[in-house]
Amino acid sequence: MHRFANPARFMRAADIVYPWALGGLVISLAAGLYLALFASPADYQQGETVRIMYVHVPAAWMALFVYASMAAGSASYLIWRHPLGVITAKAAAPIGAAFTFLALATGSLWGKPMWGTWWVWDARLTSVLILFFLYLGYMALMNAFENAERGQKSASLLCLVGVVNLPIIKFSVDWWNTLHQPASVSRIGTPAVHESMLWPLGLMALAFTLYFVVVLILRTKSELLAARLRALGAAGTEAR
Amino acid sequence: MVGGPLTAVIARDLRLALRQRGDALTVVLFFVLTAALFPFGLGPEPNLLARIAPGIVWVTALLAVLLSLERLFLADYEDGNLELLAQAPLPLEIVVLAKVLAHWLTTGLPLLAATPLIGLLYGLPPEGYTVLMAAMALGTPSLSLIGAIGAAMALGARRGGVLVPLLVLPLYVPVLIFGVSAVDARLQGFAPEPHLLLLGAILAATLPLAAFAGAAALRQSVE
Repeated sequence: MHRFANPARFMRAADIVYPWALGGLVISLAAGLYLALFASPADYQQGETVRIMYVHVPAAWMALFVYASMAAGSASYLIWRHPLGVITAKAAAPIGAAFTFLALATGSLWGKPMWGTWWVWDARLTSVLILFFLYLGYMALMNAFENAERGQKSASLLCLVGVVNLPIIKFSVDWWNTLHQPASVSRIGTPAVHESMLWPLGLMALAFTLYFVVVLILRTKSELLAARLRALGAAGTEAR
Repeated sequence: MVGGPLTAVIARDLRLALRQRGDALTVVLFFVLTAALFPFGLGPEPNLLARIAPGIVWVTALLAVLLSLERLFLADYEDGNLELLAQAPLPLEIVVLAKVLAHWLTTGLPLLAATPLIGLLYGLPPEGYTVLMAAMALGTPSLSLIGAIGAAMALGARRGGVLVPLLVLPLYVPVLIFGVSAVDARLQGFAPEPHLLLLGAILAATLPLAAFAGAAALRQSVE
């Protein structure tokens, strides 16, 4: 665990991972999009609109996954003082917010033909909207202080407090019988989705995850460079 | 050992609040005034008003609490008392809970007292009052506790006044949902107890959460 907290080691590891992630992203995105948009069958009830699922569901998964990884980074920062934890969490926040927004927007586009409305105050939708606000609050708090370290600590705390929302989102469809359909992919053993739709969904989920890895590496590197620049600038003013 | 300093913190906050009586009064006034605005906006139709009464009470109470959050730690932060409290032998977690208790006594309790008045203005059916009061009694301490986390985190931030609602309001939503549905359940002839139990569960969960997260946030604000 502590081995990976070293920024220089992280940079080296990231340089090795980066081309593979990028290559995997291109391949899985191309294959996933082809299967999702052309090769997979239209749904017997929903027709062609079911294809929104191949963006909507991975985006929603990533919204949760990114927040969970941010929480892990924040925890490692607060507990072991690993600066890399908060830097990666900070770099991940806008990506997670974008995924959450994408999930909400595609859900809205899908809801209009299926449910007849752009938005309902359904438990799943509401809890994901709260997740979006938590991302925004995290980013606002991170940048609200003159002292950068203060913002990092406060935002990390907020990130951990917000974790309570994740199980609520996960189980909202089971606890409240509202409009959103219950989980159908993660059922143990037999998913309720046919193979012809499971494959494009899986590939798209892989593509989204790799996209997250690629952008996270880029953003983390630029955060590290910015931190180094700030340190050099501070040292420069002191020397003068 | 804890009893002495603990009551001292609570008593001090209460004394301060009593000397600036305006603060607590403003919160209640805001609560009543905002609630009184909705009939003007929605029209004075009695059935509609009776139906939305629980929701209006909860939303305006929530906004009123929000209004009072800034002064929870700010004065102590600015005059340096917070640094002394952080170095005192009393655990900061206990200090946070003491200050939250004082905050609830000076805002939550007056709000609770003003709630029947708003129910009356909205023509809330008589059977709704006990549940509404029970839900508010269980829910408003959670509002103070969650708010304390947000207030501690935003302490000393630029634009702190705008930041706190952004941090706190999303976390308030569960309290709002169960607080309103308890009253709605009773008005529709269902049992309100499950919702009240959930409100109690939220209170039980936020109590330690606010103590630890609030103390951690305060600690790094005085570092």
